[in-house]
Amino acid sequence: MNAPLTAVQQDSLQKTERQSQVVRALQAHLPAHSLIWHAEDTTPYECDGLTAYRQRPLVVALPETEAQVAAVLKTCHQLGVPVVARGAGTGLSGGAMPHALGVTLSLAKFNRILKIDPVSRTAVVQCGVRNLAISEAAAPFNLYYAPDPSSQIACTIGGNVAENSGGVHCLKYGLTLHNVLRVRGFTAEGDAIEFGGEALDAPGLDLLALVIGSEGMLAVTTEVTVKLVPKPQLARCIMASFDDVRKAGDAVAAVIAAGIIPAGLEMMDKPMTAAVEDFVRAGYDLEAAAILLCESDGTPEEVEEEIGRMTAVLRGCGATAIAVSNNEDERMKFWSGRKNAFPASGRISPDYMCLDSTIPRKRLADILLAIQEMEKKYNLRCCNVFHAGDGNLHPLVLFDANDPDELHRCELFGADILETSVAMGGTVSGEHGVGVEKLNSMCVQFTASENEQMFGVKRAFDPAGLLNPGKVIPTLQRCAEYGKQVVRGGQLPHPDLPRF
Amino acid sequence: MDSALHQIVERIRAAGTDATPLCIRGGGTKDFYGEALHGDFLDTTSLTGITSYEPSELVVTARTGTPLAELEAVLAEKGQCLPFEPPHFGPAGTVGGMVAAGLSGPARASVGAVRDYVLGATLVNGRGDVLRFGGQVMKNVAGYDVSRVLAGSLGTLGVIAEVSLKVLPVAPAEATLEFACSQADALRLLNEWGGRPLPLNASCWFEYGGAGALYLRLRGAVAAVEAACTHLGGERKDNARAAADWQALRDQQLPWFDGSDGTDALWRLSVPQTAPVLAIDGNAPLIEWHGAQRWYKAPPDQAARIREIARAAGGHATLFRAPASSAIPRFDALSAPIARIHRALMQEFDPHRIFNRGRLLADA
Repeated sequence: MNAPLTAVQQDSLQKTERQSQVVRALQAHLPAHSLIWHAEDTTPYECDGLTAYRQRPLVVALPETEAQVAAVLKTCHQLGVPVVARGAGTGLSGGAMPHALGVTLSLAKFNRILKIDPVSRTAVVQCGVRNLAISEAAAPFNLYYAPDPSSQIACTIGGNVAENSGGVHCLKYGLTLHNVLRVRGFTAEGDAIEFGGEALDAPGLDLLALVIGSEGMLAVTTEVTVKLVPKPQLARCIMASFDDVRKAGDAVAAVIAAGIIPAGLEMMDKPMTAAVEDFVRAGYDLEAAAILLCESDGTPEEVEEEIGRMTAVLRGCGATAIAVSNNEDERMKFWSGRKNAFPASGRISPDYMCLDSTIPRKRLADILLAIQEMEKKYNLRCCNVFHAGDGNLHPLVLFDANDPDELHRCELFGADILETSVAMGGTVSGEHGVGVEKLNSMCVQFTASENEQMFGVKRAFDPAGLLNPGKVIPTLQRCAEYGKQVVRGGQLPHPDLPRF
Repeated sequence: MDSALHQIVERIRAAGTDATPLCIRGGGTKDFYGEALHGDFLDTTSLTGITSYEPSELVVTARTGTPLAELEAVLAEKGQCLPFEPPHFGPAGTVGGMVAAGLSGPARASVGAVRDYVLGATLVNGRGDVLRFGGQVMKNVAGYDVSRVLAGSLGTLGVIAEVSLKVLPVAPAEATLEFACSQADALRLLNEWGGRPLPLNASCWFEYGGAGALYLRLRGAVAAVEAACTHLGGERKDNARAAADWQALRDQQLPWFDGSDGTDALWRLSVPQTAPVLAIDGNAPLIEWHGAQRWYKAPPDQAARIREIARAAGGHATLFRAPASSAIPRFDALSAPIARIHRALMQEFDPHRIFNRGRLLADA
């Protein structure tokens, strides 16, 4: 039988040939156990924490040394093969989703803590070290690594660098960007490169600031020097109830306006509180329209002073009930619900979609009320947990993925929240990254020229466009297909470019 | 688009057309910094004004030519500040110049640098496109963090038209302590204190009349500052006089910075805080940033040795102030891959090569 191949068969054949070619080339540099390509082995790599998007990679490489990383990159560069770096795969925006014709570069084996220096208060760690493991290793010196994304038990520092991860305490202690001194890694061509250094600055442009949060598109990170900070002697938390979301939103602004920077300032709405109380039984006020958790840390004297000032502000804003933790058990109990918001949502709904936009703090109540209206419009429920102190929202839209119409309504709901956030002066992603998930929303936040300038940044680091291609920045064509491209001042940028 | 910005855009487009080099300039207070100025002045002081400021958001947005002093005064009225204490080097300094120079003052080691407080910026690139990156919110990972890279870019990527900065409340309490000690003891003490939960904010060590003195500024909650003063000892200085001295340090107006005999230049060594006493001949340094920033007075022609010592300590050296005639490069050489990325970035932002050519990299 010599029937002509269908297009699908041809694609599949080309893919198989490409796979053999890449495997052969990489076998020259990697031991057998560091290279996998059979579907049953590569399937675990087909997605990250954003499980709705899946794609098996052509090949997974698991190098053990920097020389092997360099060799993989050089080889892929020669062959023109895309490379997607991957840490623990906990990311929530599909930043580590594989490329169908690309190599997934798993850095899981780079898991050694190279140095904890209590005098300089720094740690030098390989990229695959887990976030929490750094703090655990620093604990004997009464030091810790401050950024604490909720996945900190599993996520790696290399992934944190890629995403510029935040956490509950970043209002006071900063993001990954503020806590990393140096990143060592490799360019797309496989050349070793260092951004930043052990000093507080480096000559030239601050490329470290560009690399952090670049979602693996500018360089591959293999080693990171982080700052460690002294552990606070004491932390206490206030749990305050409000009978009105507007009062709670105003209270957040009032705490900040009073000159207080809490160690954490979080908000849960009534549906979220009900869901978590059912899960953790922490004694949350189920009557409250919103609950604020407001934490102070420092010396015992500082904490006492600050808790007093915070309590006065919250009362002044109409808190209907206030409780202050008197010991660590109580404090952990206050936080237990907030920290279990996601699993608690998983118990009350087959699926949920977590959003991550940020808005100016003063619009907290406005967005909550807008989301309540959207629940009616899309006929779906939504629970809300906010990093209120930073204005970073995590609405959890509840839906059933087996119902195509619910899935569709959920996607519209999510896009509506993101676009409303941008309209309120915010951003589509506060800490989870754009990845593949929010590419369309980038068309709403940035003009075509802004996206083109970001492509320029990408070209400057990676002229061949091989590192994690297709993520973060939407093409002009994609925005045209999405039907949205922000226009400012009534003037289209790049009048010379073709329009769709 | 307002007319001042429109004029700047038109000027850039015209310069791009005939490849006229432009030297972006605000108040001109930092003309001395970086490589020599080159090109026709593009004056940014027409683009002024604080466009939004809400204290409860901890964010202020100002246009590039807004005087730095004016911005600080507006923040002070609401009990807020730029915690990184940018140097003024004269009354004419602007907000855009502060970001472009990327210099931070005495509190830098404890609170972070300019770039840590940049939340967003409007940039006019070499094509005359008006681009906004970042925003006015604390957490923002949508796209590359282009706005922060502008801090310290010395105008090589474009004209910073407007910038949004995170601000913080002024600390409720402050105290300055003085300790008589040698350079080595000062470095040891600073690193010891840094590992404890103390409200350290700034430090300065230098020799005066042959004896070393370490000044330590604490900032934080009243109770924390008082407890630290009791715990650390030292001689507590009068707050008003100390404030004037810290400001003089910030602007390099302390007597230590005088007395150069005309042949000496001012070197800035940025090294790890834990670097030991450096083997540089001549006068003792002035040390800031808990050991991480060390100023030396030495002739420009000692560049090779000074740079070698800084590199060996894990840092780099900048020829901060020198006679204009000096041909010594102001900044340390970049590694080959880093230099390649610099050139490519400048090409992407400024394809006609018109902005502040050679100011950051002598050959770019």
